[in-house]
Amino acid sequence: MRRLTPYLLALPGWMWLAIFLIVPMAAMASVSLQSGNAIDGFAMTFSVSNYSDALGRYSTQLVRSLLYGGMATVAMLAIGYPVAYWIAFKGGRRKSVYLFLLLLPFFVSFVLRTISWNFLLADNGILFGTLKGWGLLPADFHVLATTFAVVGGLTYNWLPFMILPIYVALERVDPRVVEAAQDLYATRTAAFRRVVLPLSLPGVFAGVLMTFVPATADPVNAAILGGTANTMIGNIIQTEYLTNLDYPTASALSFTLMGVLLVGIFVYARALGTENVLEAAAR
Amino acid sequence: MNPRLPLPRHGLPRREAFRLAGLSAAGLALAACGVQGQKAAPPKADEVQDFWSKQTKNGKVVFANWPEYMPEDKGPLEKFAKDTGISYEYKEVIQENADFFGKVDPVLRAGQPLGYDIVVMTNGIQLQHMIELGYCVALDHSKLPNFAANAGQKYKERAYDPGNKYTVPYTSGVTGIAYNTKYVKDDITSIQALFDPKYKGRIGMMADAQEIGNFGMFALGIDPEKSTEADWKKAGDKLKEQRDNGLVRKYYDQSYIDAVAKGDIWLSMAWSGDVFQRQLAGEPVKFVVPEEGGTIWTDNMLIPKGAANPLDALMLMDYLYQPAVAAELDEFIQFVTPVPAVQDLLREKAKTAKGEDKKALEQMVDSPLMFPTEADYARLRGYTPLDNQQQQVFNPIFQSVTQA
Repeated sequence: MRRLTPYLLALPGWMWLAIFLIVPMAAMASVSLQSGNAIDGFAMTFSVSNYSDALGRYSTQLVRSLLYGGMATVAMLAIGYPVAYWIAFKGGRRKSVYLFLLLLPFFVSFVLRTISWNFLLADNGILFGTLKGWGLLPADFHVLATTFAVVGGLTYNWLPFMILPIYVALERVDPRVVEAAQDLYATRTAAFRRVVLPLSLPGVFAGVLMTFVPATADPVNAAILGGTANTMIGNIIQTEYLTNLDYPTASALSFTLMGVLLVGIFVYARALGTENVLEAAAR
Repeated sequence: MNPRLPLPRHGLPRREAFRLAGLSAAGLALAACGVQGQKAAPPKADEVQDFWSKQTKNGKVVFANWPEYMPEDKGPLEKFAKDTGISYEYKEVIQENADFFGKVDPVLRAGQPLGYDIVVMTNGIQLQHMIELGYCVALDHSKLPNFAANAGQKYKERAYDPGNKYTVPYTSGVTGIAYNTKYVKDDITSIQALFDPKYKGRIGMMADAQEIGNFGMFALGIDPEKSTEADWKKAGDKLKEQRDNGLVRKYYDQSYIDAVAKGDIWLSMAWSGDVFQRQLAGEPVKFVVPEEGGTIWTDNMLIPKGAANPLDALMLMDYLYQPAVAAELDEFIQFVTPVPAVQDLLREKAKTAKGEDKKALEQMVDSPLMFPTEADYARLRGYTPLDNQQQQVFNPIFQSVTQA
């Protein structure tokens, strides 16, 4: 009995995975190889061409999504690392307050928060309208409907998911090791570069993992903040599923996106010297 | 079992056997799960009668509708509850036809009830799917006396649902051009304004394939109702040129009206009622039906398959066709009512009303956007009728414009 206990404890988790991950994924994999239409039904024809067709039609949007996801991740890292560092080492007794403030916006729905950017950034809104009134900006200056707006929205929306894991990693760094480095004549920069940074890398790894994937697949920011040339792959998948009812193409695109992301993550893991992605993420 | 024991040498190694079994199970699963089609033959007359003869009044109805489609005090529904003793639940859950259909399709396909007794859908591709897939309950017209007596003739002859077999109109509206008079000083009359380089980067177009497709065709002088594949391609090219020259700011859903009112865009494709409501709120927006043509569409009430209270739903549908009720509804939503008698009722009301109310009512009664004349109707076209095969050509042509 005792030998079975760990397995029994893991059972709910396995059941959850089986019901909500494996079964739907298998169904989606199946649909991605079928052909037909929503009215007459879809039948399994093992048409691998669904993948090449979908990729042929939408490679621009796929590449654009990866690019936007990458840009947003770099921006999040640039903003997030210093913030996490500051909270971990200078936050003092108020650490939890700062973390709470960081999470505060998340009590409002994702879509609503994105729409509020629309009001803030309106061409003649509170911000730009005023600046234009003072003659500080040209009359046709606008941020909405540009790449900058979409990447900015992605950065804003996923930022806490970058900060939190980095914070957790930095929090675990014993201040005494930094002192020790300085005792051994390391400058502050050297101590950071050779001691703190390597120790925080698992956090950076987890942060990138938790933000790059959802940012790349996100359809909301492009729809609300984007213009005519900012369509991301998430928008295409949504249209194929809900408007065109072309389930095979939508499934093929979803799997392609997933595949590309997985490959990207493994390459990133190797580059960072982490052999085992999942282990690194769990650290 | 001790993992260090050597594997049996004869036959398949155990792990290998497991792996093979797993793979073949996965293969079977892959082949087995398909999405079944449900193309349904229309029910026969006696089946319909049989269905309705079994229904009884349950004293409850759940109405799923679009936002801003019912006065805030729910007046018409309150009166209905009082007159019939049927309680109602009113839900504003429909934002877009495609999204809504995408959500309800798997539920109805699986034969499960949606939890709504009436839903409202526009006469586009998704409504066509609802009918083709047998998702709508055929209506019993012997229980729709108000509809028979009060609906305008035009609203009884529906190409997408001959004889109102499954649907009755809730309201109609016109797609035209809205512009912000603070920025646009010219009188816009032509659809060519949407293609005028003068407004570069300040033009809004709609993301919906049917809506934008129609406007592309109007701009080329093509009648969408009679268009062919070659016409769609020409319209697609025209719209691509408009996009590639940087004229279009964005392809919008319902959010276009905020963008026009805020001045992010100066002119845009627009739905009549939205603009009219903004005008009454004092915003500087104007609506025109371009001389080349505009689109008229209808939002329809239907009873989804598996509805718990079909008889109560049918009673509510019919109730809304009483001129007094329709007038109260239209005074709020300000689109085109399917009940012509409403115009006279509102005119009567305007005579006794005072101040602001009187002005607003008079404006409504004379508005060609709420009560189009025959001449107005002549310029209005319906959505391009598309069968299933045609949709698979039509949609990609215009989506490649809006989702580049």
